[in-house]
Amino acid sequence: MITFTNSGLYCAAGDFYIDPWKPVTRAVITHAHSDHARFGSRYYLCEHATVPLLKIRLGQDINVQGISYYESIYFNGVKVSLHPAGHIIGSAQIRIEKDGEVWVVSGDYKLENDGLSAPFEPVKCHTFITESTFGLPIYRWAPQDQLFAGIGQWIDDNRQLAKASVLLAYSLGKAQRVMQHLQHKTEKFLVHGAIANTQEALVQSGWKLPPIEHITPETPKSAFPNSIIIAPPSADVSWMKKFSPYALGICSGWMTVRGNMRRQNADAGFALSDHADWPGLLSAVKATGAQKVYVTHGFSSVFARYLNEQGIPAEEVVTAYGEEENGNIVNN
Amino acid sequence: MQQFAKLVQVISNSTKTNEKLSALSEYFATAPARDKTWVLALFTGRRPKRTVNTTQLKNWCIQETGLPEWLFDESYHTVGDLGETIALLLPPPTDRKAAPLHYWMEQLLQLDKADETTKEKFIKSAWSSLDESERFVFNKLITGGFRIGVSQKMMVNALAKTWDIPPATLSHMIIGNWDPREATIEDLLHLHTTGADASRPYPFYLAYPLETPPEELGPPEEWQAEWKWDGIRGQIIKREGQLFVWSRGEELITEKFPEYQPLATALPDGVVLDGEILTYSNNTPLPFQTLQTRIGRKTITRKQLQEAPVAFLAYDLLEWEAADIRDYPLSQRRALLEALVQQVRQPMLQLSPVISFTEWPQLAALREEARAHVSEGVMLKKLSAPYQVGRKRGDWWKWKIDPFTVDAVMLYAQKGHGRRSNLYTDYTFAVRDGDNLVPFAKAYSGLTDKEIAEVDSWIKRHSLEKFGPVRTVEPVQVFEIAFEGIAASNRHKSGIALRFPRIARWRKDKPVSEINTLDDLKRLLEMHRG
Ligand SMILES: [Zn+2]
Ligand SMILES: [Zn+2]
Repeated sequence: MITFTNSGLYCAAGDFYIDPWKPVTRAVITHAHSDHARFGSRYYLCEHATVPLLKIRLGQDINVQGISYYESIYFNGVKVSLHPAGHIIGSAQIRIEKDGEVWVVSGDYKLENDGLSAPFEPVKCHTFITESTFGLPIYRWAPQDQLFAGIGQWIDDNRQLAKASVLLAYSLGKAQRVMQHLQHKTEKFLVHGAIANTQEALVQSGWKLPPIEHITPETPKSAFPNSIIIAPPSADVSWMKKFSPYALGICSGWMTVRGNMRRQNADAGFALSDHADWPGLLSAVKATGAQKVYVTHGFSSVFARYLNEQGIPAEEVVTAYGEEENGNIVNN
Repeated sequence: MQQFAKLVQVISNSTKTNEKLSALSEYFATAPARDKTWVLALFTGRRPKRTVNTTQLKNWCIQETGLPEWLFDESYHTVGDLGETIALLLPPPTDRKAAPLHYWMEQLLQLDKADETTKEKFIKSAWSSLDESERFVFNKLITGGFRIGVSQKMMVNALAKTWDIPPATLSHMIIGNWDPREATIEDLLHLHTTGADASRPYPFYLAYPLETPPEELGPPEEWQAEWKWDGIRGQIIKREGQLFVWSRGEELITEKFPEYQPLATALPDGVVLDGEILTYSNNTPLPFQTLQTRIGRKTITRKQLQEAPVAFLAYDLLEWEAADIRDYPLSQRRALLEALVQQVRQPMLQLSPVISFTEWPQLAALREEARAHVSEGVMLKKLSAPYQVGRKRGDWWKWKIDPFTVDAVMLYAQKGHGRRSNLYTDYTFAVRDGDNLVPFAKAYSGLTDKEIAEVDSWIKRHSLEKFGPVRTVEPVQVFEIAFEGIAASNRHKSGIALRFPRIARWRKDKPVSEINTLDDLKRLLEMHRG
């Protein structure tokens, strides 16, 4: 029902693409991260909450239709519906049904309820196309309460030394999650422009988010000591200079491996991710009951091989997704 | 263990010396007494004997997790560190136990004579009682090597800060042959009364590379020049009728070099010599490869003693008539040294000769002949300077000759370890041999972080094949490879082995058609032999 083409995942029966990486006529979008939602298509379809996010990324004039989770829409007799993926606000798994056969494209997902995005729900299907960003058994997240307690402790330690705490988190998704869970630590967060823009779009569509202040060249130096500053991973060290003294913490699943934290010259790393960890991927795949699994971006060959050994037929598929967690494509 | 795990975490995350220093001195002020001695031992490279090997650790981890071996290997390859991989893979602890560092260390050492089943039981129960960060340090204690950026100098400074002892005195106190199970930190720091350990060496004084023209050092007559030898830096100690030989890695290696034994009687008591351990025959040093045949071996054969006899080329005298004379000027220490070597008259004890020169350009010309002397260049030492501790700028410089270079093409790439475990940083290079490309060297270092990122992304886009962790890449990227020495080798496909190969430059300007050939390398080999 879905073929893997040079432009992306294609449903010929319904003549639409899912998260295409080249311009097409009809694009169904799982979520607004830049590697999944790309510029240039004629019509976009996504979950309501994704609409304003797509517009700030791709332009206000794009042709986009929003639908609700669970609502069905038909393309040429192919039934399409969106289901919560728990990855970021508006993120969806895409369910496609024709003649009783069901496929689900996961997009990016995580199993833990982050308090902002609609929590992940497994969807029964015959064929499941899953991400595998963290598809290695070394990736096993601690519960978020424990992670945020650790971040809170780190902020307290920094405050002992009158330092600002700079946390790097993706401007869409991770940043809001971090602020949501740390709002008891500060009256307002100081944020980078990319995060201020995302916040503005979300607030305009009715989201209640903790108060922020956009850092500009006019922000006085006196604002920084003891503050919590949120910036995207692409933020440059020279931009942070004026916060001195500060400590730099990175919130990313990649921080599981000690060397990655050192490589980025951070003072602290917190393995906080909006993707499923290894146990999460396994339980998600099993919960779909799928007889066939395609594995996209991440440790795809590893995860596919492991699923096969577990008796679940799986294949690796090459896509153009998966740059966002590495920060190679800027999410602003 | 928790406190130690925390210390390791703070130190390895921090990029700032003063933060590391204060974490260490806080640790020394608050940790259990016997833990302190262990930390001092571990962070100054006194690795306890390994009682469990890495294959055992890997197999037990596979059993505990139920993962297939290939998946363990994939994980290891991504993490780049065995101890860390295991710590991450194991299920959460089921039986938390709070025991101090020395408890675990002593338990580990007791495993020495234990059978495999006892070892397995102990390690698995330890794993189930430690959390991830404690397990990580526990595994590192077994596999050895905390490379977390604590230098000897930093340890000395932290101890000096905690106990208020001058660093120079302190660094002499903590080196030598002591066992963390017996010595307490108070003993070591002479907060005790018994006599000092007779084998204890002095900390080595190390030279900085000279990167400016020598003219900037001032008048040539203030400097002593010597050849820079390519051997093992060592100290020979004669005290209380006994002879001790130490390497710069602070390893006691007396047994490895029986040739030096006559010095046990020939040298007077209370003498410490600094110099180079070299293979040496007919008054000339032999290439470093011959010394390598002597290192790594437990027992020395008669054949080795004949083929690769060692001598000690002395260049400094640190203790004389049982007195520490490191604060004498070099000119005075040298005079005493020359008199001593002459008086001893043993063939295995030679003076490292002084190169006489009156003008800097003259020395520069002599330096060009270094390879003919089987030397790596020239050492410059200030005649009025004392013998200092560690690497200090100003009085000792090494002025190495330029390395050999060849242009070669990248053939294979492999991911790095540790901090570069996500990047392709280890490359294999080839030279041309007719229509073929022959791999001849592996190199890891020499590129900037930015270049590494660029090469990495190129590799990811231009891989031809994948064999496990190794990728074959299109042979188009040309690099200039520098190295210090070349020797024939029948273990390498190219028939050639290089010493210290590294990347000098990325030659984006050069096409593959212009790289060097295997014949060029063979010619270099011939020249170097002659
Ligand atoms: Zn995403
Ligand atoms: Zn993705």
